[in-house]
Amino acid sequence: MNYLLEIKNLVKKYKQVVAVDGISFSVSEGTCFGLIGPNGAGKTTTIEVIEDIIPPTSGEILYKGKPRSSSFKQEVGIQFQHTALLSSLTLRETLKIFKSLYNKSADIEEIIDICNLREIQKRINDKISGGQKQRLMLALAMINKPELMFLDEPSTGLDPQARRNLWSIIHKIKEKGKTIILTTHYMEEAQRICDEIAIMDNGKIIAQGTPNQLIKKYCEEITIILPKDSIGFSMEQIPFRYLEINGKIEIKTSDINSCLNMLISKGTDLTELIVRSPNLENVYLNLTGKQLRD
Amino acid sequence: MSFKRLWAMFHARNLEFFRDWSALGWNFLFPFLIVAGFGMVFGGNDYTEYKVGVFPSQYDIIHSDQTDLPLRFAETRYIKFIGFKSFEDGIEKLKHHKIDFLVKAGSPSHEYWVSDSSPKGYIVEKIFKSTLLPNVKNIAEKKEIKGNEIRYIDWLFPGILAMNMMFSALWGVGYVVVRYRKMGVLKRLNATPLTAFEYLSSQVLSRIFILLFTLGVVWFGCDLVFHFKVAGSYFDLFIIFFTGGICLSAYGLVIAARGFSEEFTSGVVNFISWPMMFLSEVWFSLEGSPHWIKLIAKLFPLTHMLSAARKVMNDGATLSDVTPELAVLIFMTVLSIVVGAALFSWNK
Ligand SMILES: Nc1ncnc2c1ncn2[C@@H]1O[C@H](COP(=O)(O)OP(=O)(O)OP(=O)(O)O)[C@@H](O)[C@H]1O
Ligand SMILES: [Mg+2]
Repeated sequence: MNYLLEIKNLVKKYKQVVAVDGISFSVSEGTCFGLIGPNGAGKTTTIEVIEDIIPPTSGEILYKGKPRSSSFKQEVGIQFQHTALLSSLTLRETLKIFKSLYNKSADIEEIIDICNLREIQKRINDKISGGQKQRLMLALAMINKPELMFLDEPSTGLDPQARRNLWSIIHKIKEKGKTIILTTHYMEEAQRICDEIAIMDNGKIIAQGTPNQLIKKYCEEITIILPKDSIGFSMEQIPFRYLEINGKIEIKTSDINSCLNMLISKGTDLTELIVRSPNLENVYLNLTGKQLRD
Repeated sequence: MSFKRLWAMFHARNLEFFRDWSALGWNFLFPFLIVAGFGMVFGGNDYTEYKVGVFPSQYDIIHSDQTDLPLRFAETRYIKFIGFKSFEDGIEKLKHHKIDFLVKAGSPSHEYWVSDSSPKGYIVEKIFKSTLLPNVKNIAEKKEIKGNEIRYIDWLFPGILAMNMMFSALWGVGYVVVRYRKMGVLKRLNATPLTAFEYLSSQVLSRIFILLFTLGVVWFGCDLVFHFKVAGSYFDLFIIFFTGGICLSAYGLVIAARGFSEEFTSGVVNFISWPMMFLSEVWFSLEGSPHWIKLIAKLFPLTHMLSAARKVMNDGATLSDVTPELAVLIFMTVLSIVVGAALFSWNK
């Protein structure tokens, strides 16, 4: 297999925490690799170490099979979770200045159109909204036509249209054979755009695979949702796990036929029945467990 | 080392500076105000060094023809005579050092009061007594100073300009870079191929550009009012200010090398700039000060820059006369850049 990036036993320790605790993974060329996990799991630290922004405590990082060289920064595009830009410059000037920091560069007009910045290109960096800033940061990450892009929570703060626009941008980038590593807190997004996902918790990768593999492996159960009123019997009488949320009963089962049969035989009204197949969010919650408990 | 990247950052910094109107205005206005203020205080005729109280008197300010003090005393330049109604009023002011000396008008025995702990009072006392002595001719021989007289304002002006450059360089490089580190701007730049050396050079170059631009405008503005005398060549002066400006900006780099805290950095900038301002002979000469103070003064680029600038402006020196000063400045510049670049961190 031809890996663009290989991470081996990466560790990053701070004084009080081990932010990244010996993780290894590989990213194939032309794919989108997603890192997901709760706040403080170590996602940002991991990608910033790979980006050569912070030094690792130990571990090995291979780019195109070799340790990163000085040309690495020419070939990658980075969108940080938090950053600021030079104040008093317009968006367009900022793009121009970043463009001239690279040997290879994209066409500014094209990038402005792709990231929907045309209308605000003459505004000062300090005077744009949060989502507009995210779009500018994405534009800056694309300015050098990178081989490899790092996007740390690129969709945070974007409105639904902008988010869909981001997804289509990512698709186009992948079509060109470029590689993307991203983090996100939106499971729907990860499921849609990532070819491979690693779930991190406490600095470790606790599960990894394609979205479908993860769902198959960690969450076979289907959820059946019914209003409480339509069930005319005590739930204790049937052998399925269930939760009661907001006047609705959520039944978990991996055998939907027998579950439905049982409900029908007990005379349940199925008019308002909702069936939810498992998705990445279920996998995530099952694995990191934190939110289901409270 | 890429010139294209250096230029891009140089350009960005200049744009930023010239768009910040408040900072820009202040950079021009501040030196002008100081020069104008001091020109007025020292250049005018009513400059006062000593204040002498006279009682009883109905005037607030007494001119030499309005008093029966000994005429030779009353005509002494740089002494202002202030009238008091009564002894009590006068002695009160003397006790609080509002005046340096108190005399009773028309007193046959020339009664006076002076505070024994006041240096100025001591001098006035000497003057007072000497004016009472019979007028002896030729007790000392006065010789003329050869050559041009140096006006105070011509001596002060290069100092004010140099001081302004120092503040602008230390804050404009040191403080700004630290703020950018704190905000995360440096982190974003670190994600590009820009090297620390390119970035730091661009900051120094942009600052020197700004410094010289300001210098030109302020010089022109002040010259309209004060008509400076420049004995040497303007080109030599330019070279000195250029070298000095680079050296001061490079000092700023060392301050900017590390740290997140704007407050700490402003403390450091103050800690360096205040002694530099006082010990570099901007305001007063260190002639006769203890040796160690002169040694400390030699550590400051401002001292050397100012010494060279004054030699050219006041004494008509040429570049070859100020080679030692320029050599020290260049040495300090190289040292600061090496230390600054070695210590520099994008995110710590
Ligand atoms: N500079 C630092 N010094 C000390 N600890 C740090 C530092 N940066 C991060 N950490 C710690 O390392 C851990 C991982 O942080 P990281 O930013 O990588 O989390 P994350 O997965 O990106 O979280 P989020 O989803 O909130 O962005 C956290 O516990 C954090 O407190
Ligand atoms: Mg993060």
